[in-house]
Amino acid sequence: MYEKDGEKYFVVDGHVHYWDASPENWVEGQEEYAKGWLESFYAYHQLGPEEYYWPWEKYQKYSEETMMKDLFEDGYVDKAIFLPTYLKAWYKEGFNTIQQDAVLAEKYPDRFILNGRFDPRDGEEGLREFERDHERYGFKGVKLYTAEWHNGSKGWSLKDAEAKRYLEKCEELGVTNIHVHKGPTIWPLNKDAFDPKDVDDAATSFPNLNFIVEHVGLPRIEDFCFIATQEPNVYAGLSVVLGALMHSRPRFFAKVMGELLFWVGEDKMLWASDYAIWHPKWQVEMFVEWVYPEGHEYDDFPRLSTEGKKKILGLNAARLYDIEVLEELRLPAVATESEPTLS
Amino acid sequence: MTSRAEVLSALSGVRDPELDEPITDLAFVSGLEINGEAVSVRLRLPTYFCAPNFAYLMVADAKAVVLAVPGVRRARVVLDDHYASGEINTGVNEEEGFDGAFPGETESPDLEELRTIFRRKSFVARQEKLCRALLAEGYSPEKLAKMRLAEVPPSGAFEKYLERRAELGLDVSAGVPLLVDPDGKMIPKEAVVEHLRFARITRLSIEGNAEICRGLLATRYGIPDPEEVTL
Repeated sequence: MYEKDGEKYFVVDGHVHYWDASPENWVEGQEEYAKGWLESFYAYHQLGPEEYYWPWEKYQKYSEETMMKDLFEDGYVDKAIFLPTYLKAWYKEGFNTIQQDAVLAEKYPDRFILNGRFDPRDGEEGLREFERDHERYGFKGVKLYTAEWHNGSKGWSLKDAEAKRYLEKCEELGVTNIHVHKGPTIWPLNKDAFDPKDVDDAATSFPNLNFIVEHVGLPRIEDFCFIATQEPNVYAGLSVVLGALMHSRPRFFAKVMGELLFWVGEDKMLWASDYAIWHPKWQVEMFVEWVYPEGHEYDDFPRLSTEGKKKILGLNAARLYDIEVLEELRLPAVATESEPTLS
Repeated sequence: MTSRAEVLSALSGVRDPELDEPITDLAFVSGLEINGEAVSVRLRLPTYFCAPNFAYLMVADAKAVVLAVPGVRRARVVLDDHYASGEINTGVNEEEGFDGAFPGETESPDLEELRTIFRRKSFVARQEKLCRALLAEGYSPEKLAKMRLAEVPPSGAFEKYLERRAELGLDVSAGVPLLVDPDGKMIPKEAVVEHLRFARITRLSIEGNAEICRGLLATRYGIPDPEEVTL
């Protein structure tokens, strides 16, 4: 919970990792990829404020104590959602698996929400594993990582027939929150690898599932906004948007927020720190203070009220995940869905 | 002998197709050596996993423009610190083409389709930038809908727009409408505001992406991070 100027904010961090990217965990022969992956993360890390930089060694692997302190003691987070990222092609035990996350989620059940994952390229066997994982951990959401390399394949699409089978299984099991990382699906190499349009298809075919597009499809935000206005069940995951832009590129941050507020609306935007890429503390503090910069170029964007910030920082995620929120932290009136308009 | 300035000027004609800016402005050119008739260029990108297709296009385009500089007989362009450096450098410098560099990993015969997608986006973004400036000068959306190219006051933004418009193969003669979509179809006057509103996100996407890339390149190589510019 974060309190500022007499207002109390319930904080749900929609995307956290507990990763092990230390050299001991690198797959032999794949060291350059394993190292290159984390180095890319580390460059993003340094788009945040300097006082929050970690040394490279700590960034490779951090302790439970560090994570608990950063999120819940210093970072104002009430609940954090684990989104696993496997990358087993490069990391022996995986980068951030359900099993790794479960160690903390089971130790601190009131703090963490554990999400699952699947990869449709695992076929029938993968589907059974997904069911077993669900039975064991009972998750309400999954993280899908379409860019992941797997047995010579360099990514997959939500439009694939195999993916549909898995999404049907999600519906059946009540796994309603589908977090899709729209990063570079790399294959086929000569296509626009970042295109998020497959989410459009899936969202239409599965109206009972919520699709949270992580990083709002950056760098294809126009495609994302177009999809999100068409599909009532597509949400904006703000990880990276705050982390990479709010501190280092405040004017672009304001424009991205302005467009998202206009096209997607404050009821369908969910904040996430993407820990340990960035620390939640500065993001929460800075966002609560945030206003548009000086200048007329922001005049026709919707304004964001304290109420809107409360929704984005936690209440929207609480709704999707049925998280109980103390009376004093809820909004006074019942929130209504706002429809984006084209005026 | 060929001068560094000549080669750099040629390289400034190479754009990152996705970011729509010259690779020289983006600080992607990290090295240049001239030995008589042979020129060697080094390129670098913001991350190890930048999309290999765009990377390939930049390396191939850089080689082509350097070879076109008078007095240059041999050119070698090398991309550093990228997961596919080996394939890309060999593909470009041995003239295998993109499909040859990544056998079995591509779908259509070349990268032209990808290039076209981004030329279209760039067209939309440049048109929005121009129209925004015109609206600020007092032109109404209705006026923009009726405007012919001959009536547009000269400006840098207008030149950039025309350059991209011509590259897409669209009419750039004096009497044709200013406002068309990437297929060359006129925008009706009642649709202008909405058209520009969508176009604005396309521009934000390109420019915002370029800003993130600048920031990442700066942290990756410890070079100064330029101030953000929004217009």
